[in-house]
Amino acid sequence: MNLLLNLFLTFAKIGLFTFGGGYAMIPLIEKICVEKKQWITQDEMMNITVIAESTPGPIAINCATFVGFKKKKFLGALIATVGMVLPSFCIIFAISKLLDHFLEITWIAHAFQGIKIAVGILILDAAIKMLQKMQKKPMPKVFMLCAFAAMLLINIFSVRISSIILMLTAGLISLILFMVKKPAVKGGDGK
Amino acid sequence: MILFELFIGFLKVGCFAFGGAYGAIPLIRDVVLSYGWLDDEMLTYMIAVSESTPGPIMVNMATYVGSSQAGFLGSLVATLAVVLPSFIIILLVTAILKAVLKNPYVRAVLRGLKPCMIGIILATGVYMIIRNGIVIQDSVLLVRPLILTLVLGAIYFGSGKTKKSGVSPILLICLSALAGIAAYGF
Repeated sequence: MNLLLNLFLTFAKIGLFTFGGGYAMIPLIEKICVEKKQWITQDEMMNITVIAESTPGPIAINCATFVGFKKKKFLGALIATVGMVLPSFCIIFAISKLLDHFLEITWIAHAFQGIKIAVGILILDAAIKMLQKMQKKPMPKVFMLCAFAAMLLINIFSVRISSIILMLTAGLISLILFMVKKPAVKGGDGK
Repeated sequence: MILFELFIGFLKVGCFAFGGAYGAIPLIRDVVLSYGWLDDEMLTYMIAVSESTPGPIMVNMATYVGSSQAGFLGSLVATLAVVLPSFIIILLVTAILKAVLKNPYVRAVLRGLKPCMIGIILATGVYMIIRNGIVIQDSVLLVRPLILTLVLGAIYFGSGKTKKSGVSPILLICLSALAGIAAYGF
């Protein structure tokens, strides 16, 4: 089969069968791209996971772009990424046309009274899992707690401060601390 | 104009959504609420729909919000905008910039950014649970949301202890739908 078509169909399949997104997708991507198709090696898969963690965006998109680029340069990256997005795009587009009407039905509206509580629980759970993986050092803890407090206050008082501002501030403070610390260490070596 | 706003709004989400699927939710809330595209209630429903349909959550959310605001073209523009930053970044990283992520300054920025993201996600989860679980109407605390919260929380976190047999997110959403119907009637 033509490699481009193969890339497209493979990632469309991954996009169609991975629920929940994020890390739930990694095992399936690994199984198909490393074991079955042998497009990338186990090492490359590890690398892409690390890169995906330090760059923004859904990890599945990162994987698709990476694998596509490796096999067929820019065109491959484009085709694989489009394949990844297309199934959910079609499904969600169809749902978006129907959801408003769905919610007018009483028992569905009632079901959503329960569902909206489940969503909060899932987000809390995702945060707890990330917390467990976070480095157990004082610095990340302080950053985390400050961001937590700030974001909670922003929500409660409906202040229009974007969480992007919080993230940029945290990145900047961390960079400044690093730059302040570095010359101090060098000076110490000089003596 | 709305197309341009959708593009810029979701480009922001795509640029700053560190931390996987849930990393994007606080950002999307931010953007969607500040532009007034959806209200908080509708947004929460949409998160549940994105969670229960295949594909990355933030792509699903972008498609939905785009479609609700400007039809097919809107969903196309929003989806493109949310994917574009990670597409470009991975191309750059794999093609030329692998060393960038090893750069000590870049790592210093990321060291601050990631825990901050975790704090933001944690705060969003806690806030959503409080807002939906503790509802005060006419200065009376409503019992049903509180009971729903306690029951669903107990089911999910109680089962999470035994890793393999834990309740999956999709199962929790199904159970919560049933619980909602049980509490409020068919």
